[in-house]
Amino acid sequence: MSATRAAPEPTTRRPPPARSRRMTWHDRLHRFDVRVVPYLLIAPFFLLFFVFGLFPMIFNGVVALRHWRLDDPELTGWAGFENFGRLFSDGDFGNALYNTFGIFLLSTVPQLLLALVIASMLNRRLRAQTWWRVSVLLPYITPITASTLVFNVFFSRDLGMANWALGLIGIGTENPIDWRADKLHSWIAIATMVNWKWIGYNALLYLAAMQSIPRDVYEASALDGAGPWRQLWRITVPMIRPVVIFTVVLSTIGGLQLFTEPMLFDLNAQTARGGAGGEWQTVAQLIYKVGWKDLNLGYAAAMSWALFLIILAVAALNTYLTNRLSGGRK
Amino acid sequence: MGRAPQDTPGGFWTYAFLAVTALFAAFPLYWMFVIATSTDEATAQLPPVVIPGDQFLVNLDEVFSMQDVYFAASLVNSVIVATVVTASVLFFCSLAGFAFAKLRFKGSRALLLFVILTLTVPNQLGVVALYIVMGELGWNGTLLAVIVPGMVTAFGVFYMRQFIVNAVPDELVESARIDGASTMRVYWNIVLPAVRPALAVLGLLTFVATWNDFQWPLITLNGTDYPTSMVAISDLASGNYVIYRRVLAGAFVATVPLLIMLVIGGRQIVRGIMEGAVKS
Repeated sequence: MSATRAAPEPTTRRPPPARSRRMTWHDRLHRFDVRVVPYLLIAPFFLLFFVFGLFPMIFNGVVALRHWRLDDPELTGWAGFENFGRLFSDGDFGNALYNTFGIFLLSTVPQLLLALVIASMLNRRLRAQTWWRVSVLLPYITPITASTLVFNVFFSRDLGMANWALGLIGIGTENPIDWRADKLHSWIAIATMVNWKWIGYNALLYLAAMQSIPRDVYEASALDGAGPWRQLWRITVPMIRPVVIFTVVLSTIGGLQLFTEPMLFDLNAQTARGGAGGEWQTVAQLIYKVGWKDLNLGYAAAMSWALFLIILAVAALNTYLTNRLSGGRK
Repeated sequence: MGRAPQDTPGGFWTYAFLAVTALFAAFPLYWMFVIATSTDEATAQLPPVVIPGDQFLVNLDEVFSMQDVYFAASLVNSVIVATVVTASVLFFCSLAGFAFAKLRFKGSRALLLFVILTLTVPNQLGVVALYIVMGELGWNGTLLAVIVPGMVTAFGVFYMRQFIVNAVPDELVESARIDGASTMRVYWNIVLPAVRPALAVLGLLTFVATWNDFQWPLITLNGTDYPTSMVAISDLASGNYVIYRRVLAGAFVATVPLLIMLVIGGRQIVRGIMEGAVKS
């Protein structure tokens, strides 16, 4: 501890303040220091959160109930639930929601399962332990904009490494896969990018939890003849359940707001269409397009509120499911 | 047989599996570099080239001398934004964390709970309204719109609070108070020196997240000449014909600062992520 070094120089000790009725300047300062300063220290967070976090969220609800077009400032009247009503008959929104869920499923499930397996490997006694842990974090620090563009080259139809590798095992040699031509293939490509990015990060979260599992639990199960695989599913996973739920919630929130990958997977990045026919347009991307390309902020706000409610519902459902599945018993 | 996984030495298959994992993790970065250093012809052939070429400076020169994307300026902007945000997060979060960990004031428990609850609010979903708020302030298109909302984070406050609770003994704070030290003096002379490791972790995580942020900078800085480098990269990739060796040379340059951070602070980043997980 650097405690001794850190201790302040002893200031001149003054006698305890005399019990007089009049407060001295020094007492006032002390009162201020004890009563007010703590609030000043935490004030920046609350100030910024209210102005740039909470207020916009609520105000978003107001905007959603109004006409609010960037190209027609005159049109500012109340729209009532018109914007919300429009969502239900909007094919683009339905399509974006469908894509979002598709990509979400293809990315979350393999991501968390692989993270679990990698974590259990990292949990063994290893040489160069830190080195392995740092290496799985490479994707985490790589900007998504940069990695998505690399994957664009990787998934190109005629000269891409993905098709070349698939060709080696005899897939698509006649007709190379066009990764941007249909939903399933574009979803797979985007999910690959998401998986690549987050597997290592989640593995570290799992590893942290695994290390706090008491050793004797494993010793007992080994006596019962449980192998490593069985131990992973029957002991490790149930015992790190809180962290599993945490990662499920995190990846639900992140997955349903997917934006950068689908934006840049487009060969012309800023159109925000998500493929010629919206094959992989996600909701977050559609919000961007409606708000800043079609200039209809009111409708975009309604979409983001709807997405918020959907995320809440899915996160709650996922928490419930994970809780039951990883609990081992019903 | 009766051994816990933590005590089981890794066998051949463990190392093989981890080596393949590390290879997958590193491959896109490596390939970014390969393309960034190659000619168009070299990247347009099968089987693909896997060895870096010698055209890096040529490609780099093209990126930096483009007419409509001011890539160098955007890099400077990224440095400014990430540095200011990181410094500010460290300062404000350690102050608030100190208050929540060591100072007694009315409502502190409820306020801390509030901070933790805000962690679950996806801020991003207020972007439309945030854009309007920034418009009222006249900040859209300026770096202020990117910097100010990130200047203090709930995660940072909570993280610093957890660390300070354990790292700074109550007795030390009390004896300093008895000696007449003011709150700010305790913060400066006792708390700050004790939380250096936590500041390093929070600083690294904040810098990486801020540097890589894309959606909000795209919205608020779109169409301006000098966005952050992430937006500039997406500008490079917009248009009917994208020259990947050029785009990826730019992308690689914008990734280098983070690679350096990982090399220097990898151990801290790993520890930070793992500690954050156990506590949450």
